[in-house]
Amino acid sequence: MEELIIRVKTLLAAQFGDEAATIESSGLQPALVVESLLLRQVCLFLRDHVDTYFDFLSCISAVDDGVPAGTFTVVYHLASIPYNYQLTLKVIVPNDRRLDNLPSVPSVSSVWRTADWHEREAFDLMGIYFEGHPDLRRILLPEDWEGYPLRKDYEDAEMYHGIPIK
Amino acid sequence: MVIDKTYQQAQRAYEERLTAISAEEMVINMGPQHPSTHGVLRLQLITDGELVKEVIPHIGYLHRCFEKHAESMNYGKTIPFTDRMDYLASMNNSHAFVMGVERMLGIDHQIPKRVEYIRVLVCELNRIASHLIAIGTYGIDIGAFTPFMWCFRDREHIMNMLEWASGSRMLYNYIWVGGLFYDLPVDFESRCAEFINYFKPKLVELDELLTGNQIFISRTANIGILPADVAINYGCSGPMLRASGIRWDLRRTDNYSVYPEIEFDIPIGKGEQGSPGDCWDRFKVRVDEIRESVRIIEQCLARLTKELKRTVDFDPRALVPKKVNLKSQDYYVRAENPKGELGFYFVTQEKSDIPKRVKARGPSFNNLSVLPELVKGILIADLVAILGSIDIVLGEVDR
Repeated sequence: MEELIIRVKTLLAAQFGDEAATIESSGLQPALVVESLLLRQVCLFLRDHVDTYFDFLSCISAVDDGVPAGTFTVVYHLASIPYNYQLTLKVIVPNDRRLDNLPSVPSVSSVWRTADWHEREAFDLMGIYFEGHPDLRRILLPEDWEGYPLRKDYEDAEMYHGIPIK
Repeated sequence: MVIDKTYQQAQRAYEERLTAISAEEMVINMGPQHPSTHGVLRLQLITDGELVKEVIPHIGYLHRCFEKHAESMNYGKTIPFTDRMDYLASMNNSHAFVMGVERMLGIDHQIPKRVEYIRVLVCELNRIASHLIAIGTYGIDIGAFTPFMWCFRDREHIMNMLEWASGSRMLYNYIWVGGLFYDLPVDFESRCAEFINYFKPKLVELDELLTGNQIFISRTANIGILPADVAINYGCSGPMLRASGIRWDLRRTDNYSVYPEIEFDIPIGKGEQGSPGDCWDRFKVRVDEIRESVRIIEQCLARLTKELKRTVDFDPRALVPKKVNLKSQDYYVRAENPKGELGFYFVTQEKSDIPKRVKARGPSFNNLSVLPELVKGILIADLVAILGSIDIVLGEVDR
């Protein structure tokens, strides 16, 4: 696992420059922190490169790092079916939590179609805007729901269509 | 590009798409109460006569805020919530969740062999139960009622056994972090062996009733063909991916729990009746997987009655931690559920037994997302056949 991530980082550094990705290791699974602007190109590169073939996107998770940190993290778990590798990518976006200024991350739904629904879910529950997503509607909650419930500063509304929900 | 700060442009585009249909087209709602949607799934079909031009799935009717709940309670208390995700395979859900927490704690290599074998035993029993429902209800979707009754009759034996072990019929909370709720009841092994002896001939009967049935074949072969590259790109997993010809089973590729010690094959779709990746293949892979699960159960029973026999002083809760104390880290765990890859992504907090974030990746969620791709230009009746072959559980799609 350790070895793979260093190899992938070297590949990315050769293609996109040294700042494209940095290794972050807090536990059992080290992750690559990718520059937000390069995300789509990096993903496409990792999917099609003959040494990696990360053809399977397992999961996209949006994480709220907490109000004091002032950032959101989007985590991508990739798998390579031909090589049986696993890789974690992270994108960290600073944001001021205003509801008319959502953190924006490039959409990877053109790389893996899995991302389509996963990004809709992250938008729905965490309020991450995915630039270039073909159909970024709410997916689990009703379309007129207000706010993004998985945010740490979310407060339940009193009423929804005249129904007390608190 | 200028971003609309209300973030409603996609919603408006969707509404415009529906109002802008041509005179030949018609919008039909299927669900959320349609029986063949296997739960509360609503599909909006844009049809031209009998042909489906486009389908827009609407999910979320069974959204129970699993991820939000998981952020407010400790790891042990979350296990009953995982049971309710894929309620047809609760054991497998808790197994995956527990495995992730154990690995983060670093106790995954200390779990006694007997505990691991019991876990695999109950998980495989549950896998059979889940596949029996998939096959039985698929029969109903296609118009065959008998297989449904037969499958439910056999499934009931499994439900009774698991109820005996855990005290609950469907939602078990049996597998705990570090161990089990209780050891198996006395004589469970022999009753389970009896069931396997009873079940094997029944499986042959069931196979004869549906698999080679000409009416069934003409309804499912060459329908809803899912090529392997599309399946991978949409994140399909489990029987869905294997039916498209990819030998990808996490029990083998990840070698978790005691699966490396157990012999079993991974059935894949070969396109025997039509093309690889059609509805019939997806059905057949599930039937073959039941057979493999029976093999696994037999091997587990052999070990559990010989070298891992129950002893008086055996305590399945010996390693259960009083408080799960983790350092700040994140971990993604994945396991092979009856429906595919179930993943949990944990972000933990320093010195706290309450996670900061738990994300669940349900296999049905991803398998269902391929539906709009599969149904372009097919007949409405075939849509039901395709949907049934995906085998979704809405509890897991919506979480």
